[in-house]
Amino acid sequence: MSEYLVDIIHEKLSFFTPAGEVKALNDVSIQMREGEVLGIVGESGSGKSVTAYSLMGLTADNGKIIGGEVNFNGHRIDLMTEKEIRKIRGKEISIIFQDPMTSLNPVYTIGNQIEEAVRVHGDKTKNEARERARELLTLVGINEPDKRLKQYPHELSGGMRQRVMIAIALACEPKLLIADEPTTALDVTIQAQILELMNDLKKKLKMGIILITHDLGVVASMCDNIAVMYAGEIVEYGPLDDIFYNPQHEYTKGLLKSIPKFQEKEYSKLVPIEGQPVDLLNPPKGCPFAPRCESCMKVCLEKKPERTEFDNLGGYTVVGMKGKHYSRCFLQAKKEFEMKNGEVKA
Amino acid sequence: MSDKLLDIKGLKQYFPVAGSKKVVKAVDDVSFYIKRGETFGLVGESGCGKTTTGRSILRLIEPTAGRIEYDGQVLFDSEKKIKADMLPYRRKMQIVFQDPYASLDPRMTVGDIIGEALDIHKLCADKQERRDRIIELLSRVGLNSEHANRYPHEFSGGQRQRVGIARALAVDPEFIVCDEPVSALDVSIQAQVVNMFEELQEALHLTYLFIAHDLSVVNHISDRIGVMYLGHMVELAESEELIFHSAHPYTQSLISAVPVADPNTARSSKRIILQGDVPSPVDPPSGCAFRTRCPYADEKCASETPEFKEISAGHFCACHHLDKASKAETGSPKPV
Repeated sequence: MSEYLVDIIHEKLSFFTPAGEVKALNDVSIQMREGEVLGIVGESGSGKSVTAYSLMGLTADNGKIIGGEVNFNGHRIDLMTEKEIRKIRGKEISIIFQDPMTSLNPVYTIGNQIEEAVRVHGDKTKNEARERARELLTLVGINEPDKRLKQYPHELSGGMRQRVMIAIALACEPKLLIADEPTTALDVTIQAQILELMNDLKKKLKMGIILITHDLGVVASMCDNIAVMYAGEIVEYGPLDDIFYNPQHEYTKGLLKSIPKFQEKEYSKLVPIEGQPVDLLNPPKGCPFAPRCESCMKVCLEKKPERTEFDNLGGYTVVGMKGKHYSRCFLQAKKEFEMKNGEVKA
Repeated sequence: MSDKLLDIKGLKQYFPVAGSKKVVKAVDDVSFYIKRGETFGLVGESGCGKTTTGRSILRLIEPTAGRIEYDGQVLFDSEKKIKADMLPYRRKMQIVFQDPYASLDPRMTVGDIIGEALDIHKLCADKQERRDRIIELLSRVGLNSEHANRYPHEFSGGQRQRVGIARALAVDPEFIVCDEPVSALDVSIQAQVVNMFEELQEALHLTYLFIAHDLSVVNHISDRIGVMYLGHMVELAESEELIFHSAHPYTQSLISAVPVADPNTARSSKRIILQGDVPSPVDPPSGCAFRTRCPYADEKCASETPEFKEISAGHFCACHHLDKASKAETGSPKPV
């Protein structure tokens, strides 16, 4: 068994649509240790959700893993049947979705839905399940759990529903929790509550979390490592501080520059990334970011860049959780090449 | 010519609740003005009435009470029973909607969507002039002439929002209500559109009412900011003053809740986490609307609605406990 909880190796995944093959994931590799929090950042359509969903075997009918391996906790997810995956799903790995309004069943009570999650895996009796449901609601910070258990989703506010979703996800104490834009649909004061709750739970339960978001502010407050995705590829990966304070890929740099800075008193104009996101039906031959990149070279349009690794910054991340900082960009490869050659000459 | 382009006094917008005699006070006694050429930002959480305020000002929904004055002309006055004919003002006041997917007619070409405004106001003498104007508007927002014959579904979100902006610009307005114009867009596209708003403002001398829930975007683009909570304006000040010297406990918690894209700041700053949810506007708390979530609330807050008063030049706030709030360790960021 590998030392990693999650070990995705060169995964390729495509959706076969009437319009053609959509290459949603193009050679994605991710390693994650137990208890690690990984943030996946990227724009809509960059493949961040698909990556995480494929870990649960949750790809749409027309989606197919066409290459690579998906390992989770000793299971080869990509080789398993739906029936086998069902035994893991909800037990060892679970998910909370973006929209708590639509991911709860409106015709069942909150209690029903949490108990279902508890009873599907395991042999708890009805009473034990109810007791566990009460425990879970308290864990996620919901007051008056007995009253809430009897209520229906429409009787709760958005923040409360997201707490219920988290309670369901935690029912079997999973090893990995996937949080897909867990706060995007919530107001900013409620978002702060939910993020605080997730931070607490992370410390208490020591589970791994994959946090998918487009908001760099959200990852800054809780992740160990960050993967930046663009057009179905991880263009840069590394520990939190390395990504924020020593970004290497032009896309990551662009993202960091395009968000308004709050703390700065001086007004400075935003620096947007020009152009439009890539059409995955006809992805470019070379680096996917090349058409929007200001430092684009000839080679970028023709070949896909390989990984260039960097030394990690010092800093804060939990020891043992730090991943190796790398990016896929010819600029970095070029710099490294020049440096090496320079040394040889000297 | 007055400095104030738009002056709003005591604006109220109540909606009846079906099946009961209750009303939802979506906007309750809001007063502010917008200076010519400035960007006035309006922030608040969902349901606080910021969008309704924007729409009431344009009388897209008829206000329940209050007075709206535009460029010295009264558009609406509930006491004097004035309701001006809006058609001539629609040429001066326009709106850009939040959702670029829902606000463009899917069965009209982009050219016709923009051209419709020109037709209604009879701004073009013949077809050639109309076509030229549409192409001019498209290029203004960074699209090209081929785009005129396409349908909205052929565009990405950012491009659609550009079409929405071109439509609003078609009649050469002076004032535009921007209702969450970037919140449906990806971060990298968001910056493109925000910059375009700023460039257009400079080139065409526009005045904006910029409505958004994202405080960092509003802070970036606005000269002055108003903060709304449950139908009330709770604080109003120049952007810098509001961010660095916020006085109202709600504004303070709102500022501290904004996730900062900087790991060191995120680790060191202390967040004020508000407990609970926004109360229902059907049954708002008595007195100060914020008291149910406020750390300083006492009996006075329950019995008396705090007055919206000027606490320093140009800085307005409605709170009974300004002394306590000002001493608190605020969520305001430290200037860099």
